[in-house]
Amino acid sequence: MKPPTDLDATSVADETIAGENPVQGIDQTAGNFSYNVNYEFDAGTGLSEDTVRYISSVKKEAPWILDFRLKALKTFLDKPMPTHWATKDLENINFDKIRYYLSQGQKPKRTWDEVPDDIKKTFERLGIPEQERKYLAGVEAQFDSEAAYSNIKDIVAKQGVIFVNSTEGLREHPEIFRKFFGKVIPTGDNKFSALNSAVFSGGSFIYVPKGVKVAQPLQAYFRINAENFGQFERTLIIADEGAEVVYMEGCTAPKFSTSTLHSAVVELVALKGAKIQYITVQNWANNVFNLVTKRGVAHEEAEIKWIDCNIGSRLTMKYPGVVLKGRKARGEVISIALANDGQHQDTGAKMIHAADETTSNIIAKSISVGQGRSTYRGVVHIPKHLKGCKNNTECDALLINSNSRTDTYPAITVRGDANYVQHEASVSKVSEEQIFYMQQRGLTEAQAMSLSVNGFVNDLASQFPMEYSVELKRLIDLEMEGSVG
Amino acid sequence: MSQLQIKDLNVSIGEKAIVKGFNLTINSGEVHAIMGPNGTGKSTLAKAIAGHPDYTISGGDVLLDGQSILAMQPDERARAGLFLAFQYPSEIQGVTIANFLRAAVQARLAEGEELDATAYYKRLYTKMDLLKIDRKFTSRAVNDGFSGGEKKRCEILQMAMLEPKFALMDETDSGLDIDALRIVAEGVNAMRGGALGILMITHYQRLLDYIVPDHVHVMWDGQIVKSGDKSLALELEAKGYDWVKKELAHA
Repeated sequence: MKPPTDLDATSVADETIAGENPVQGIDQTAGNFSYNVNYEFDAGTGLSEDTVRYISSVKKEAPWILDFRLKALKTFLDKPMPTHWATKDLENINFDKIRYYLSQGQKPKRTWDEVPDDIKKTFERLGIPEQERKYLAGVEAQFDSEAAYSNIKDIVAKQGVIFVNSTEGLREHPEIFRKFFGKVIPTGDNKFSALNSAVFSGGSFIYVPKGVKVAQPLQAYFRINAENFGQFERTLIIADEGAEVVYMEGCTAPKFSTSTLHSAVVELVALKGAKIQYITVQNWANNVFNLVTKRGVAHEEAEIKWIDCNIGSRLTMKYPGVVLKGRKARGEVISIALANDGQHQDTGAKMIHAADETTSNIIAKSISVGQGRSTYRGVVHIPKHLKGCKNNTECDALLINSNSRTDTYPAITVRGDANYVQHEASVSKVSEEQIFYMQQRGLTEAQAMSLSVNGFVNDLASQFPMEYSVELKRLIDLEMEGSVG
Repeated sequence: MSQLQIKDLNVSIGEKAIVKGFNLTINSGEVHAIMGPNGTGKSTLAKAIAGHPDYTISGGDVLLDGQSILAMQPDERARAGLFLAFQYPSEIQGVTIANFLRAAVQARLAEGEELDATAYYKRLYTKMDLLKIDRKFTSRAVNDGFSGGEKKRCEILQMAMLEPKFALMDETDSGLDIDALRIVAEGVNAMRGGALGILMITHYQRLLDYIVPDHVHVMWDGQIVKSGDKSLALELEAKGYDWVKKELAHA
């Protein structure tokens, strides 16, 4: 472990590119590359109290945050793995071999010119600066543990919108963020939320003032560059009364031979009449354990919508939730998961109704390819004393091959007779006849498969912002290309 | 001028021989009708030529302009100019006709060549006008919830857009009421002649009132047993398939 003050003078080393793409324009390996970066701050390998103290000290955190972290570490160590209901694959995570903090500094740059070349080239290759110019209100680009770049358009900042990383958020605006931090998802919610609470770094802290409607999306991009690394970003978004914001995140990592851990905590607070839409398109390499806790609280007449696309990773466990706390609050989860060979997408949604006339909607579609496995887990809870609550749950699974697997575990608890619930589930398989039909029109088998899968998710994908639905289609095409023998 | 030659073709499903020594040559511009009772191998013939994986070619050959197509994948055969109008077209959820056809047209371009979207839609709308198809039709998902008539019209529209050298039309008249049949026939008649050769498979003579064939062949037990002009179809209609059966018994 390096001391926090140790600055490394030689910051740029050789670059290595894994899987350089030979075909320009058809970027089959968009996220599969890594550059050698010399990290000025490195918490070393393994997790102990010292690791936590190191992270807190390089961030120059207030004492209450260090306390919060240390308590969380204890909770993490005390809690068993949830393998009584979840996959045993979790036991293959070796917490002693993970690196918990790597960065070149704690303060993100406000312009791309200031971002060190060895980091900037990664994001340029992923097209982030270009997207920012085209259609985003603000961007945060996280490289391993810290944001290398963070900027918000002047016009948005002038409306009082705060868009910073977690370190800055807690340091500069404690009066706004401390009140909600760790309240939507308490440290002890699950083992991985505890882990995140102990070692969190990066992620976005957003505050949208009363009545402000942010016209363009804010975007964060989470990039894992280092091997054996654990990324633990922490995001907190607060939309004040009547405010509206769309937040999008993208995630990639190169393919290493060893596994990588990504364990984020995302908390959303939509105050009275506010709207938050949170969109994720992740394309993790297939050795990433992606164990993320995402939850929002929707106050009176507020609306929280999660749009969640999970492609890649070795194991994803993620069940975005909404606590419908105020009267007439609305919650929605739109989920698309694609599990290819060697992958398990264990995804779903949680809707906790806690006020009258609250409505929730869950639409989950999963695609299992080859020996890929997709699992839907849902929780809908409507207690007896409530009136006029509604839930609609639809989960559809598409199996591509005969050895593909899907499981559905919907847990819907509705008490009382003044509430309304509807649940539909279907499993279908791409038929040989359908593929032959499409081939007869001149499409290759892989193109036919892609079109079939894209058609299956089309009604959901059309709800995404244009750029993301194009990206989703591209990712599906790439996944399907390799699926036909 | 193109030519589709089916030479001594034998097709089986599993161990069971269905098509037994089938011979026929079709030239551009010609319309051939194959008639026969159920179970004589008409549909099997069409699907086997298109390369359906359930059918095994156990002998003979199919040549398109002198080149055997039997080693080609179904999509390669399609791009080489073979079109099969399905008796039971598949539904493709979430994929609009316009997007499906666009993908099919794109698949025919050279690698790296991008489809000209404006020109594509212009051509699509011209073909739809020709076939008297409402503009809203192509924004519906392919065959999803379509009536029998809509499915067949969708097939004919695809055929018009993909401009094949040879179209194999498998029981295009099945499931159609008389109005739908007339519209579909008008579409086919508008395309016939010129560069297109048609092999029309039908059980009933009715379709041949609307699409008048140049040649009529009677298929029985996996092969052609009688050929003639359009009058053969009328004769069949009048005498029934038993007539062929008896003739065969005498032969």
